[in-house]
This record gives sequence, structure tokens and C-alpha cells, in this order.
Amino acid sequence: MGDFISTTPASRREMLETLGLGSLEELYRDIPAQLILKDGANLPEGKSEFEVFRQMESIAAKNTIYRSVFRGAGAYRRYIPAIVNTVISKETFLTAYTPYQAEISQGILQSIFEYQTMICLLTGMDVSNASLYDGANAAAEAVAMCRGKKREKALVSACASPDVIETVRTYCWASGIELELIPEKDGVTEHSSLEAMISPEVCCVYLQQPNYYGLIEDCQAFAETAHLHGAKFIMGVDPIAAAVLKTPGECGADIAVGEGQSLGLPTAFGGPYLGFIASTEAMKRALPGRIVGETIDSEGNRAFVLTLQAREQHIRREKAGSNVCSNQALCAMAAAVYMAAMGPDGLKRAAELSLSKAHYLADKLGALGFELKYKGEFFQEFVTVCPPGVDETALLKFLEASGILGGLPVSGGLLWCTTEMNTKGEIDELVERVSEFLKKGGAAQ
Amino acid sequence: MNIPADLKYTKTHEWAQFTGEGKAKVGITDFAQDSLGSLVFVNLPEPGDEVACGESFGDVESVKAVSELVCPFSGTVEAINEELLDAPEKINEEPYDAWLIEVSDIGDSEELMNAEEYADFCDEENA
Amino acid sequence: MKLLFEKSVEGCALSILPELDVPEYRLSEGALRLKAPKLPQLSETDIDRHYSELERRAFGVNNGFYPLGSCTMKYNPRVNEAIAALPGFTQVHPLQPSDTVSGCLEVLKLAGGELCEITGMDAMTFQPAAGAHGELTGVMLIKKYHEARGDFSRDKIIVPDSAHGTNPATAAMCGMKVINVPSGADGCVDLGRLRAVLGPDTAGLMLTNPNTVGIFDRNILEITNLVHEAGGLNYYDGANLNAIMGVVRPGDMGFDCVHLNLHKTFSTPHGGGGPGAGAVGCKGFLAPYLPNGYGEDRPESIGRVKAFYGNFLVVVRALAYLLMLGREGVTLAAQMAVLNANYMKKRLAECYAVSHEGICMHEFVVTLEREAKERHVTAMDVAKALLDKGIHPPTMYFPLIVHEALMIEPTETESKETLDLACEAFLEVYRDCMAAETPSQHPLTTVIRRPDEVRAARESKLIYKF
Repeated sequence: MGDFISTTPASRREMLETLGLGSLEELYRDIPAQLILKDGANLPEGKSEFEVFRQMESIAAKNTIYRSVFRGAGAYRRYIPAIVNTVISKETFLTAYTPYQAEISQGILQSIFEYQTMICLLTGMDVSNASLYDGANAAAEAVAMCRGKKREKALVSACASPDVIETVRTYCWASGIELELIPEKDGVTEHSSLEAMISPEVCCVYLQQPNYYGLIEDCQAFAETAHLHGAKFIMGVDPIAAAVLKTPGECGADIAVGEGQSLGLPTAFGGPYLGFIASTEAMKRALPGRIVGETIDSEGNRAFVLTLQAREQHIRREKAGSNVCSNQALCAMAAAVYMAAMGPDGLKRAAELSLSKAHYLADKLGALGFELKYKGEFFQEFVTVCPPGVDETALLKFLEASGILGGLPVSGGLLWCTTEMNTKGEIDELVERVSEFLKKGGAAQ
Repeated sequence: MNIPADLKYTKTHEWAQFTGEGKAKVGITDFAQDSLGSLVFVNLPEPGDEVACGESFGDVESVKAVSELVCPFSGTVEAINEELLDAPEKINEEPYDAWLIEVSDIGDSEELMNAEEYADFCDEENA
Repeated sequence: MKLLFEKSVEGCALSILPELDVPEYRLSEGALRLKAPKLPQLSETDIDRHYSELERRAFGVNNGFYPLGSCTMKYNPRVNEAIAALPGFTQVHPLQPSDTVSGCLEVLKLAGGELCEITGMDAMTFQPAAGAHGELTGVMLIKKYHEARGDFSRDKIIVPDSAHGTNPATAAMCGMKVINVPSGADGCVDLGRLRAVLGPDTAGLMLTNPNTVGIFDRNILEITNLVHEAGGLNYYDGANLNAIMGVVRPGDMGFDCVHLNLHKTFSTPHGGGGPGAGAVGCKGFLAPYLPNGYGEDRPESIGRVKAFYGNFLVVVRALAYLLMLGREGVTLAAQMAVLNANYMKKRLAECYAVSHEGICMHEFVVTLEREAKERHVTAMDVAKALLDKGIHPPTMYFPLIVHEALMIEPTETESKETLDLACEAFLEVYRDCMAAETPSQHPLTTVIRRPDEVRAARESKLIYKF
């Protein structure tokens, strides 16, 4: 059994004696006896480190790890520069608490300040918080920021990721905000619907760029309509696409949010990831969670502290805008190291590689009869419609046998994704396999 | 401690200065700003908002605390001191110049203390 | 110390990604951003050194004693990290077919099973990413339960005034009105006050036991029973589970749902503020309302609280820890956490006034109220002087019901030798502070001195300005 207890049995006896107690059980003498478990919790016996490592290794081996991944839909396999894991594995970063004691937490605080700055550079916004749980959670918190006395309705694009829509829906149900979806047309959010739906009760409009189907939305038009009616405009962005696409700041967004997993974090069956949220200066006091600010110490030296804390739950309690009291600090650090390592050119290249490869794959699949479902401009993801008679599930199974994770089945097609990880060779191989499958008749074998 | 003789005071440490028929400015007292410490932000209502007697109309923030601002009468917010939004330290520096809101159409009112009564009240709080 | 942006050299770049190997595609002009983001341009050497320097300016559990009350800063076993780094876990895409993720599902099932045993619950979700997120999920379950029964009049959540601020903030996010009930001097629930606020509008009670002054509320069965009789549900805040795991179970105390902080009780590292994981467990009758996990489809679910299935790699670490400890280890960890706290409390009582006499659980609170009045020595002064002793200070000014509070939680992973050294440092600091003729200037040895927090809030410089 491994228990990580540092006190020897002899010291334990000594400590109990100091307290005038005869046994460890006596420590619980104030607890009603009928509540005490006789033999502890019903758990298996403990094991050594070696045994547990082996057991967990064999559990991990039960998962399939694909050689090539052509699936995204909210989680992206990207290249993570080696320096990223070197930095976030540093013991002190790993084991430190939230930086309450600024004098011994400058390292963590400065890294968050740098992260906040980079998120603002990427999104073109004025201020960022220290991060949130993930992109879906950031979207839900952003909607809550916009609620006003007489504005209690949120309009969310039907083309946002389903997980984002569902998370926002849950938060809105709980807090009593009404949610309506702005319908999709041709794979993008229908602007004319927004014009019909918007009213003085609407607090915000949420649009995702690129959207769930990979298409590029005309965000500016939505921002203008929202603002014309006194509503806020929230833009969900992919951080890699943000390196090349018009920024939320340039589109006129009041709040930018997004899933930061692409910035140096593995897909890891869904987490931990990183939610980023940035806003205009005017909305900074409504931001949820931790924020780091620069100041000076008593000798005039630069110093960083957690600031604007009077917004938060530990001071404002039930009047706080959010209950968030932590951030994904280590994930935010990974993102900052990633962005520093990539630099402006590297980040742009990741975006351009993903973009061009997606179009290369779309062309090749198109030549095999997999037509694009939507005609609009796309970034790194796109939906194809299978040629008549082709069984999607069978195709995906067929690809799996070659170690390839194919596109994700979405209503009426497959949602494909490429990143810089998919070399031309890999893409050609995928296309060859698909072609092979078609030759075999394209149906379940 | 500074307690001007020409103002009226509340038990929650606001001052009121009647500026005309059914009109008054409201701020927080020297005692209040001193016990709150350095103020870093003030949340004020918008002109045109209704305020109710004995209810919160905003709050002031120090680094580690938030304190509600209580209006001693009901009425309509005629004006707010916008200067404070960018310079909350003025409340610490000149609490009786740094009015927070001006209320018009005053209806119900709490019983207010005069300077002498308020000075006694503060002494009791300190004891 | 300089920021990354101040170290940036125009034209400096790493060679991370290859050239384009397919025909270039260009987006239409109108879709493009006008200016490239002004990210820093640095060599790998400089990036590496920058973060090594930042690491030296931080303090983790690996650096020294961390008795931060309410945070359970126990040692983070390194084998957990090695296991969480296995590619068989890190490289799994969350949207893979079900027959390709059986290892991940096994992790969740094993961890869920063990945590249900420890808490006395019937079902567990790992979707919440942190403690506060778990609270939110828990209160949503309560809200949904009442709504599902057609009872829309229950909109009040009772929270003791000794509770963490997240409790009332969470209730408010669920559209609930918060009823604060004053606690007794020992932080325990005042039964009379509780009875007075219970009624047909009670949605539930949020409680942590042991409470925030480290006392186990011995009336717990009566408390939870009263809430149930009024038609409300009981929510257990798992913040202080470390004191009682393997000893007593929230489920047996009458709680209907719980959240656990895997990053506290189950040894996963805090990462400077996250990622953590806030598993939520509930009794069977609430299970239909849990968020849906992988492949699950509960029609009455509250819905998602986050994308995918939670902070999976954190759950992996917690499971590794649980497997090592096993039945005996879990109980022993709790017992030793309580023994260490009581031992420290006894030794510190030589100088410090403890908020409550008798046996405490895994943490205790001392108060500098008298010293503050008589000598202007505050909890802050003691905390800042401890920094110069290489000790992370206790939690300051919490719980709110104790003035000038320092909340001390040594955890079970510290040795008697470490506790003895720490106690001597605490006592020395006390004597020094009390003997000082001038206001404390500590810390003196840290990389910065006390920061100007008023200036930070007033100026609010939240990003670097080029």
C-alpha cells in the first residue's frame, strides 16, 4: 500500500501522547458513533506504485490511438512544441496553489499576465481574464455577463458547436435567461433571421468563427445588428484561425471567447482544456474569475497581483456575477509557452497549413464523389455528403483498420478536419483508402 | 473626524444635503471612508433610476471588501457624480465634496440625524 | 524581471513547423485580420530561461510546507504525473467511437465506483472542472429535482454564514435566493435558526462538514432531517472531505448530493490555480438529472455544464492515487490529516488563541483579534513574516465569522519533523511580531516586498502596453 504519509508509527504514538489520546480512532470521538464506518470504505486493498503503474498502463493500452486523425469538431490534434511540456512539467508550476500570496507567487502571476496579454493580441480585445474551464464554459459565462435588468434573452447561432450550445442552454435554464437559436442556412447563421428575432429584450448575440461546420461567418454584420438594438455581441473563436482571420476586436465584438486546447494541449479524451475570455475595456468589471494586474511593491519595483477582486464570490458572495474562483493556470501557461514558441509567424503557419490541407483534402474527396455539403468559404473543417450507396459507418470502420480516424458523422454528412499534423502523404493515403473502399462497393463488408 | 454641521446623517454612514425642493445629494461620511480604507471603485445607478428608502443604490469597493450604499429616501436619480467613476479616491480625500447621487422627487424618508447626534452615534460604534 | 514582450527580438523565430506540402489556398481578403498579432519573438534558449526564472519566483508543495487552510495542499505523487502522461490517455480524441475508448471509460467507471463508496452516493459525474463548478452542478440537480416534481415554488437555498463565498454565488447563478443563517461560535449550524428559515420555499441546504472552522457538526443527522422534512435537499460541499474519508460518509449523514475536489482530497496538483476536477455524486433518485457523459443519454438531464466529459487527465491522477491507498490507506490518510492538525493546534496554542477548543478535524483556526486590538499585530503580519521562514502562510481572513483569522491545514503528507520545525517558526514569528516596536515590514527576503494592491485596482493595468 502506498499512502504518502511521512510520519512514522513511532512519531504517531508520540503525537497521540502529546494530545492525551490512545488511538487514531479517538480523534473522531465527537462524531455520532452510528455514522462511523467499521472497516473504512468498501475499497480494494492498496497497491504499490509499481503495481498501479502497470495496471493503469494496461488500462491506457485498451484505448485506440490513431496514426492519423482527420476529426476535430472542438478538439484538435496539433503539434505541441517540446518546450511546452518541459515548462509545464516544472514542479513548482505544477504544485503551486492559486497565487494569493503575491510575494512568493510572482512567477505564476507574471505568467498569467503574459497569457492575458497574448489573448488580447490574438483576439484584438482590451482585457482578458486568467482563463476559464473550457470554451463552452467561457461562452456560458460570457452570456451571463451580458444580462441586463430588462434584457434576459440570449440569441445563439445554431451553427455553434453542439457542446457550446448545450452548455449555454444549461446555464441559461439555471439562471433564468431565455435562449433562442438563430437558424442555419447553407451551413452558416442566417442573418435575416437575426433581424427578425432581435428585440429590446435581447442581451446578446453569440456567433462562432469558424462555425461548427468549419465555415467562415460574416461576423461584422451580426455585430452591427446586435449593437443597433442595444445587445452585446459575443464571438467564439478558434485560436489558430484567429491568427489569420479578422479578429473579434475588428469585427466589433464586446466579448471574445474560445477553446484554447489548440494552443499546446493534447486532446486527452476531452480535458483538461482551456477557456479563454476577453472583453472590451467597458466590460472588464463584468468578467468572471481571476484577473492579474501590474502594480509596484513597497520599494517601487514592478509587481503582479490578483486584482479587481471585489467582483468575485469571496467578497461579493451571492451578488457576484459568477462563482468561478480558479482558472486553468497550468493550461494557460501551456498556451502562453506555445504562443511564445510559435511566435507570430509560427502561429500563422499553423493556420495556413491547416487551411491549405483542408482544401487539398476537400478537392481530393470531391474528385471521389464526396461533394461539399455547403458552398461557403471554410477554414480547416468541412462537411461532405457521401456519394449515393456509400455506407458512412462502414467507411469509417474501414479507415480505422488502417489507423485513420475519419470525419465525424454530422447530420447528413461527414465533418472532416485537417491540421498541420496531416502531411500530404497522410492525406493521400486517406484518399487512397477511401477510393479503395468505393471500389469494393462502398457498403458494409 | 470631520462631521459638517449643515448635513444630515444615516445610521449606515451616508450624508444627505438638501439642495432644493424635494431634492438632495447623497454621499458617504468621513467615518465611512476611513473604516473602508482606500476605495478603488464605485458602482452607481443611472440617472432616471428609481431609488427606494432604506435600500441599496450601489456600492463602493475597496481592495478586499464591498460596501452597499443605502439611500435614506425614495425618489428618482437626477444625476450621478461621474467624476468618481474614474477617480474613486476623491471619496477618501474629500468625502463631503464627493457626492454620489442627487435624488429628486423625494417621497418617503428615513429619520436622519444631525451632526451632533451622528457624532455620538459614531462614538458608540467605535466603543 | 522583464516580460516576454520586453525580451522579444524582431526576426527571432523557432523552426517548429515544416513548409507547406500541398497547394496553397488563400482566403478572400475580406476574411483576413489586418495586422498579425504582436506575439513575442524569442529563441528557445530565452523562452526556457524565462520560465526557469519564473519558476524560481513561485512556491509549490515541492518547495516547502503549505498549511493553506481549506485547500488541502497535500503532496502530489509523481507517479500520477507519469501515468497521466501515457500516450494511451493523452492522445485519445474525445469523439472516437465507443469501442476505441474502453480504457478511458474504465478509468471513469473505476474512479466513480470508488468515490461512490467513499461518499455513500449512488452515481457520479466527472464533467465539472472544479469545485465551484461541481457546486453549480449540484445545485442544478436540486433545482431540476423540484421542477421535475412540478414544484416551482422552492427558490431558496440556505447557506451558513461560515460558508465559502462560492456557495452563495453558486445558488445565485441557479436563480435561487440565498438565505444566510448565522452559525454558532463553533461554526456549527444553529438548529433554532435553521428551523426558522425552513419552509415550503426551501430548495435545499449547502453545507460542509467538518465546517470551515474545522469542527464536525455533531447535529448533522438532525440538520439534514429537518431539511428533508421541509421538502428540501441537502448538498454536501466536499471541501473538507480529507478529514473524514474512509471514516464517515456524507451519504450516511443525510446528504443527497456532493461535490469532491479531486485536486485537494485526491492529491492531484493545483497547477497554480488549475486544472482541478470537481466530481459530483448523488443518490439514485437524482441520477436521472446528471449531465450526460460519453454515450449517455438521460432525457431528464440538466444538460451539459462543459464540453465533453470533464478534466479527464485529472481523474486519471486521482484514480492512480486511490488505487495506491486502497481501503486502509484512505482511512489512514484522513486520520493522519486530523492527527497532524491537532498536534499543530496543541503546539501553537502556546502562543496563539485558537478559535475553538477541543479536538479539531483536519484544520483549525487561530485568531489574532486580541493582538490586533492591543498591539496592532494582525493576521496579515503573521502571514507575511512566515514568508521569510520559507513557509507558505495559512489562509488569511477566512472564515469570515472569526476575526483576524488564520486557517491552518497541515495535511497528512507532512512528517512530525516538518510540523515541529513549522511550529517553532510560527511561535517565533508570533513573539517577534509582538515584540516589534514598529509596524511589520515583512516579507524581507522575497523577490518583491508587499505589493500596492490599491494601485493595482485603481490603475488596472491588466495587459502589457507596447
